Amino acid sequence: MSPILSVRDLTVMLKRPSGPVPVLERLSFDLDRGRTIALVGESGCGKSMTALAIMGLLPDGFVLESGAILLDGEDVAKAPPARLRALRGNAMSMIFQEPMTALNPVFTVGDQICEALRLHQGLGRRAAMERALAMLKAVQIPAAEQRLHAYPHALSGGMRQRVMIAMALACRPKLLIADEPTTALDVTVQAQVFDLLKDLQQEMETAILLITHDLGAVADITETVAVLYAGRCVEQGPTLEVMGAPRHPYTRGLWACSPHLTLGAAAAAAAPDPLQEIPGLVPPLGQRPASCAFAPRCARATAVCTHEVQPPLGVISPDHAVSCRHPEERAAA
Amino acid sequence: MTATDSDRRRPVLQVNDLTVHFPTAGGRVVHAVDGVSFEVQEGRSLGIVGESGSGKSTTAQGVMRLVPATAGQVVLQDEDFLALRGRRLRQARRRIQMVFQDPFASLDPRRQAGDLVAEPLRLLEGLSRRAAAERVAQLLPSVGLPPEAAFLYPHQFSGGQRQRLCIARALATEPDLIVCDEAVSALDVAIQAQILNLLRRLQQERGIAYIFISHDLGVVQHLCDEIAVMYLGQIIEQGPTASFFTAPRHPYSWSLISAAVPAGAMRERLKARYLVRGEPPSPIDPPKGCRFAGRCAFALDRCRAEAPLPGAVGPRHFVSCHRAGEIEAPDFSVPPATLCA
Repeated sequence: MSPILSVRDLTVMLKRPSGPVPVLERLSFDLDRGRTIALVGESGCGKSMTALAIMGLLPDGFVLESGAILLDGEDVAKAPPARLRALRGNAMSMIFQEPMTALNPVFTVGDQICEALRLHQGLGRRAAMERALAMLKAVQIPAAEQRLHAYPHALSGGMRQRVMIAMALACRPKLLIADEPTTALDVTVQAQVFDLLKDLQQEMETAILLITHDLGAVADITETVAVLYAGRCVEQGPTLEVMGAPRHPYTRGLWACSPHLTLGAAAAAAAPDPLQEIPGLVPPLGQRPASCAFAPRCARATAVCTHEVQPPLGVISPDHAVSCRHPEERAAA
Repeated sequence: MTATDSDRRRPVLQVNDLTVHFPTAGGRVVHAVDGVSFEVQEGRSLGIVGESGSGKSTTAQGVMRLVPATAGQVVLQDEDFLALRGRRLRQARRRIQMVFQDPFASLDPRRQAGDLVAEPLRLLEGLSRRAAAERVAQLLPSVGLPPEAAFLYPHQFSGGQRQRLCIARALATEPDLIVCDEAVSALDVAIQAQILNLLRRLQQERGIAYIFISHDLGVVQHLCDEIAVMYLGQIIEQGPTASFFTAPRHPYSWSLISAAVPAGAMRERLKARYLVRGEPPSPIDPPKGCRFAGRCAFALDRCRAEAPLPGAVGPRHFVSCHRAGEIEAPDFSVPPATLCA
């Protein structure tokens, strides 16, 4: 079975008066029908830029320099604007981080869900409203009949994000991109939203590209994870393997620097050790060397890391690849 | 830390029955904080957790006098902080400082970093410009910034560096207590770890106490000695961190924990059984009985009719639940698969 989404050597540049600056460099990954891939990494590593490139929504000044984005075999990187408009909201759709700013405050929830259905699927007003109502029920909004006629401001953050999901899935897209879908929500609501996405995915066989900081969610709902650093993929592989035995020092650092909850008898132990830190910052655009961009922050870096170009993603086990000259030992995890 | 050891510590702050109500346009009342009591001991950290709207930030703002308290006491050094005026209030403000969530919004973009950090010294300690600048030059390295940073403007710093500046500003008057309201929530994980380690180091070096408000249980467990869980304006459970995470007693605490458990078999089991559905009711005219009863899987008629009072379930560990001890607590005995090394 060919993948629903296949990103090949995607390179995005930012045009500056002083010359183009790379934002994403030769990013490649595949996503099968009904599967989920997570993109993880710090801010400024290119996660959202990847999402916007796929949707054809790159901001002014950013250009898709080279590479292919195959959505069910069709290269959307080369698609004209009219074709992209026909695809967006239909074959591919996106959920944004902040449900307050992503919904239009002057239209009712029902109108906004109907828009995609009427535009892309040619449904009449009544038929579209019926589908919108079914979608609101599918995303488990209580009293859906009344909420259909509510305006976004009358809904809580969790409800708004459910409306966003209903909008995004109304046309049963092949691909759903969720960019930090729960960051603005409370923890208990976050867990509910991820469960909902997982349930709807099973029903609709939508492929999901998930951008998140929430490692719990990565483990819960994704099969594959790609770790980005400074616009380059540094590690990619099956979620369980990458989380259980990260091989790139950056991946390992990311996992180790967030405190993990311990419960039961283990919680009674004395004060925990200091958290592991990744010193320093992600290098800003335009200051990324051809050598490993992580080397200045890396405890394992040697002269070869800073003098030679960053190695390509090397396969270390089936599906698991890492771009590092000194990968962590398997046993280290 | 044993219970007797912690009993011996001096409280730096005691909050008694703090209540913050806001009127609505319709003549109703928002019960943002409703009778909250806790104490913070010298050199220790109290974490306050809960969902948005649970009143954790309003509690912090009430303690800091950033919003007027409707009732209650905030005792700082044997004085009621809420009743102070004039010079004595400024004196007291030196002892209690605050770090806010968004380091982009809490620094004046038109002033140099040194000026921002010097402000509390000039206002509260009456130092001259020169003396304040000298103190700033000592303060900046202690939060991991070079002394030359004093001449830069906020936009020239990264988010993590700005939060270091905010911490330096809070440290300037050598307070006994710093209130951190979601102080690491806006930061990336790697930067968050740097700031958490800085806060811990400062506490060990200077014996500062923290009130640490966060929605992230992992962070609170890491940093705090005690924890208070808020729901709809009230503390429903509080206790020493070790005791709380070993045996939490309130069904709402179970829900918060099950949403935060690391991936693994236990996460699925806890989520299926304890994660509450829906969202908290409105703090406008909240329900009469237990405020959690409407979402609680274990609620009885009594819970809906009568508000529970906090009862002791262990040393310094209190829970407000009619059915505490009666319902079966979650089993944490199966260790979560440590997926993340």
